[in-house]
Amino acid sequence: MTMPYYASPEQLMRDRSEYARKGISRGRSVAVLTYADGILFIAENPSATLHKVSELYDRIGFAAVGRYSEFESLRVAGVRLADVRGYSYNRRDVTGRVIANAYAQTLGTVFTEQMKPFEVELCVAEVGTTAETDQLYRLTFDGSIVDEADFVVMGGQAEAVTTHLREHFSPGMALAEALMVGVRALSAVSPAMANGGGDAALLAAAQLEVAVLDRRRPKRAFRRVVGAALHALLGDGDDGAADTGEAAPSAHAPSTPAPGTPPGLGDPAAPDTAGGTEGSGEGGSPSDPGAS
Amino acid sequence: MDGLSQWPTERSGFPHAYLDRVGSSFTDFLATAAPDLLPGRRPVPQLPVGDLAPHGTTIVAVTFDGGVLMGGDRRATMGNLISSRDIEKVYPADSWSVIGIAGAAGIAIEMVRLYQVELEHYEKIEGMTLSLDGKANRLAGMIRGNLGAALQGLAVVPLFAGFDLDAAPGATPGRIFSYDVTGGNYEERGYAAVGSGSLFARSSLKKTWRADLSAAAATRTVVEALYDAADDDSATGGPDPVRRLYPIVYRVDAEGAVRLTDDEIAAVADTIVTERSAADRNSTGA
Repeated sequence: MTMPYYASPEQLMRDRSEYARKGISRGRSVAVLTYADGILFIAENPSATLHKVSELYDRIGFAAVGRYSEFESLRVAGVRLADVRGYSYNRRDVTGRVIANAYAQTLGTVFTEQMKPFEVELCVAEVGTTAETDQLYRLTFDGSIVDEADFVVMGGQAEAVTTHLREHFSPGMALAEALMVGVRALSAVSPAMANGGGDAALLAAAQLEVAVLDRRRPKRAFRRVVGAALHALLGDGDDGAADTGEAAPSAHAPSTPAPGTPPGLGDPAAPDTAGGTEGSGEGGSPSDPGAS
Repeated sequence: MDGLSQWPTERSGFPHAYLDRVGSSFTDFLATAAPDLLPGRRPVPQLPVGDLAPHGTTIVAVTFDGGVLMGGDRRATMGNLISSRDIEKVYPADSWSVIGIAGAAGIAIEMVRLYQVELEHYEKIEGMTLSLDGKANRLAGMIRGNLGAALQGLAVVPLFAGFDLDAAPGATPGRIFSYDVTGGNYEERGYAAVGSGSLFARSSLKKTWRADLSAAAATRTVVEALYDAADDDSATGGPDPVRRLYPIVYRVDAEGAVRLTDDEIAAVADTIVTERSAADRNSTGA
């Protein structure tokens, strides 16, 4: 005969929290930083296809740490919510707050009602027209939601990375500068670096997943920074030259997207490939006469 | 908007459908989560209503050496009335493809919006774009769902064109797909036209189009075909210098889909009008 055993609610919640925290702390860290022209995502992620950072909507990005299968299904749900809302209302009516709230509700419900909580931590970032209107929401496994100001760090070594960033981060940095600050902070605590050798070395481009939400882009602000563009940015940042801010946009923005790359990789200055041009009904939302 | 009323203020956050199956199609997802938002799910009108709804008319697409061009006139008609002089009937579907619509304007524009979201949704979920043939097939499915309404006079017939990123070397990267009301999907060689003026537009293209045209020369054949269609078809609008309304033309090449500026099209249209009137004066000896 098995005896039904009693566990106090406090004990249950504590156990679940500990379980989720343990799962999350095993993973590598992700940092989301604001910079002069938008929001920068930096993840330590050796995989080029299993993304930790991705696009939810025109101005909204998503970053996650923890168990891949869990945050991937949450990401898909976020994309679906954004697209359904944008389709039935208008593209402008999709906000980061709505998506973040839905995540918070879902995470909270699963945390209290299911045996096993989600072992994930999420960040929903929305780029505004000015730096003041940028939004960073940080969501934890229990459904808590925090509106952060300058940066969000999640994952295994979050505390240490946050401490490092507090010292070196300043608002309104150029992209290359912000990237260097973020990569230094991640490298300082990365287990990969500790094994590899001296702490002077930084994480290599191949171990990083970098993306930006660039407020200057007309429609879809999300853009992955990959390949030569990422190398150039990382290299430029080392020199610490004053003009890196000017050089950066062109360095990571090929004017001709390589065939096969998803849209959003074009020149931010040219209203080019992101599913429409300015003045054509807000990037091809034909029912919106006000936008043209 | 019933699809939204279930949405997400309820305490549980995402409804189950949002978290459940991982599919990449927005249309398929709507069918389970909010079927009332889909154009194909509404009751079909019992009587012909064709004359009550604005209809868009002529769309033309041609390939050129580096891609494909699509143009449409600006007129919508409702029976014998001109219901719009400045309607837009050609839209970018995504970065490398464009869609033009002829037929019942309301349903067609809704379909274009759904199609645009469908392509973008796939791209966000999968992290890559659909192949050009895949895009063309998705569109065929949407047209198929509209057959009932089409029989009551609300037909929608699109023209789809895009730059094929996977084109074999040597093959032309610009490709055109036409459709019929039953969702039949046909790849066209060189040029195609749909809508009430398509007969005249196609006759015009037959004489002006060649396989190796440059982008500029191909632009002229598109504008000229629309001019010829407007000449003989009352439901197609010609260039309107009084209101400065000119056909909408999109170019899709390796750089992506770009809408040509009104000034560019105005210059081409003005050239055609000047040449035609000069030729007419010569022939009549005036």
